[in-house]
Amino acid sequence: MREMTYAEAIREALSEEMRRDESVFFIGEDIGVYGGAFGVSKGMLAEFGPKRVRDTPISETAIVGCGVGAAMAGLRPVVEIMFSDFVAVAMDQIVNQAAKARFQFGGQFSVPLVIRTPSGSGTGAAEQHSQSLEAWFVHTPGIKVAVPSTPADAKGLLISAIRDPNPVLFLEQKLLYRTKGEVPEGDYTVPFGQAAVRREGRDVAVITYGRMVARCLEAAQAAAAEGIEAEVLDLRTLAPMDREAIIRTVKKCGRVLIVHEACRTGGVGGEIAATIADSEAFFWLDAPVRRLCGEDTPIPYNRNLEDSIVPRVPGITEEILRLARREASWPRA
Amino acid sequence: MGVPRETLRELYLKMAQTRRFEETAARLFTEGKVHGTAHFCIGEEATGVGVCSALAPEDLIAQTHRGHNQAIGKGMDIRRMMAEFLGKETGYCRGRGGCMHIADASVGSLGANGIVGGGIPIAVGAAFAQNYRGQDAITVCFFGDGAANEGAFHEALNLASVWKLPILFVCVNNYYAMSTHLSLHMNIKDISVRAKSYGIPGFSLDGNDVVAVYTATLEAKKRILENGPELMVLNTYRIMGHSKSDPQTYRTRDEVEAWKKKDPLLLFRNRLVEAGEFLASDLDALDAQAARDVAEAVEYAESSPEPKVEEALQDVLA
Repeated sequence: MREMTYAEAIREALSEEMRRDESVFFIGEDIGVYGGAFGVSKGMLAEFGPKRVRDTPISETAIVGCGVGAAMAGLRPVVEIMFSDFVAVAMDQIVNQAAKARFQFGGQFSVPLVIRTPSGSGTGAAEQHSQSLEAWFVHTPGIKVAVPSTPADAKGLLISAIRDPNPVLFLEQKLLYRTKGEVPEGDYTVPFGQAAVRREGRDVAVITYGRMVARCLEAAQAAAAEGIEAEVLDLRTLAPMDREAIIRTVKKCGRVLIVHEACRTGGVGGEIAATIADSEAFFWLDAPVRRLCGEDTPIPYNRNLEDSIVPRVPGITEEILRLARREASWPRA
Repeated sequence: MGVPRETLRELYLKMAQTRRFEETAARLFTEGKVHGTAHFCIGEEATGVGVCSALAPEDLIAQTHRGHNQAIGKGMDIRRMMAEFLGKETGYCRGRGGCMHIADASVGSLGANGIVGGGIPIAVGAAFAQNYRGQDAITVCFFGDGAANEGAFHEALNLASVWKLPILFVCVNNYYAMSTHLSLHMNIKDISVRAKSYGIPGFSLDGNDVVAVYTATLEAKKRILENGPELMVLNTYRIMGHSKSDPQTYRTRDEVEAWKKKDPLLLFRNRLVEAGEFLASDLDALDAQAARDVAEAVEYAESSPEPKVEEALQDVLA
């Protein structure tokens, strides 16, 4: 199968949907001539013209609000927020407007809006350009959240998102934009709420998403060299979350490591752990559930500091091995 | 008056219906029949009714939380409005939104917003859609003087201007951002000058003169379809408190009494009779019709079923 980058896969998904459906349009800051801050929309202005690919002022509230209104009026907007940190500037339009419109108006309106935005640390962009804010939106009923980990998923999930009648926050992983992978040609979708087992195993269930998937796979590989087989579950979408898949992998492995880049406290990992604790999976646990997450700190600028506060392969490997060997040192309350 | 007699009749009836609707809603509150809140536009009827009566069915509106006049002006069903006020299943939002979120897609209302200024960017998006489809229609975006200080207002006007979208921004200036007088929340007297910063026309007029509001909207719509957005400021006054729990300590009785003399419904009635367009008895008959319509709406709402608790989770997602 042909290979392409994560960024190319996103561009292909968006372009194919725009060719297929005249009601899809794309707005955002510097997405036109400039091609997007990360080059995702390079060439799209030339193909679709300024009616459908349109640069906006630096006005995140107006960008998302325009998307909400156009969606309520029957179009299928895709809006880009240049860095996911800037969703904070548009929070009212996302949380109070997009996520509520269907419910508060008694089902009269759909809001088929996609908010695409690059998320995560690792680029030296510091505190206001590096966060992983998915938990805010998982905690907001009425909006879906996708965090694709591969080019193939990026394409298939984005096509699903564009066709979805609900608002979707599409959290692209900025460190994955240039990574390559096999991507099927043409029209296919990856459904929301369906996790993927990226590696089969029996000893430890590693539950993760986004750019941590690759690190967990690498760590699982390293653990395998020590005779420990970790299973790696990629959630792909966090709202809806595939709770059945979580329960399944826990029942299979009995030990659980949850890994995410976002900071620990109030993070999605807590929700995953709770899902295990209040399901039948609890009875299959051989050890307490472990979380390896970003530290509870803003993202620092310095490379070493930045690297030190998110889960890394050696740390993940170590946790897998400790869990498997029941050596984990459990934090005391 | 330069307006067909049938239109004058419609304007009067809608204003009378709005007034009656709100007086009745206020009474239902005191009778303890309402769980929730409402924001009354008594004194401001000419704004929403005047603007919306000048629109075509395909024109869209984004309403405010103080928008019963806007809703009735655009042709919403008073029975379903009252049912929503009482939180009933037959209400516009199936009892999920209440008065603050009343909406009717079938008449082109994108809904009332509980976030001050929250609807302004949404209206820009609706106008974008009309423009995108090449429709011969506009979106009207209502908001108050308080909302003109929200960032959303400035972002939205700028974007609409840059993209020349078919939108009429209507600032209903009732001089109070909840309790804070205009003189304390902005350092200009005429809000319409803000249009200038965004390179669009802005103008102010007496928001208690329904004929002037109606006519100005008709004319603005023609210009907007050619040239893009405009900002229209309607100066008016909120006779009632902000919401049901407002002690109104921030204004004097004299001020309220002075504005009551400029009651838009009373002014319009006198003018219609003086101009010989209608007999006082014609207008009495319209008042009676409004009273009947509202009484019927109350009956409809009260006899309507409550939403089912088993359906509380519906419509979170499609």
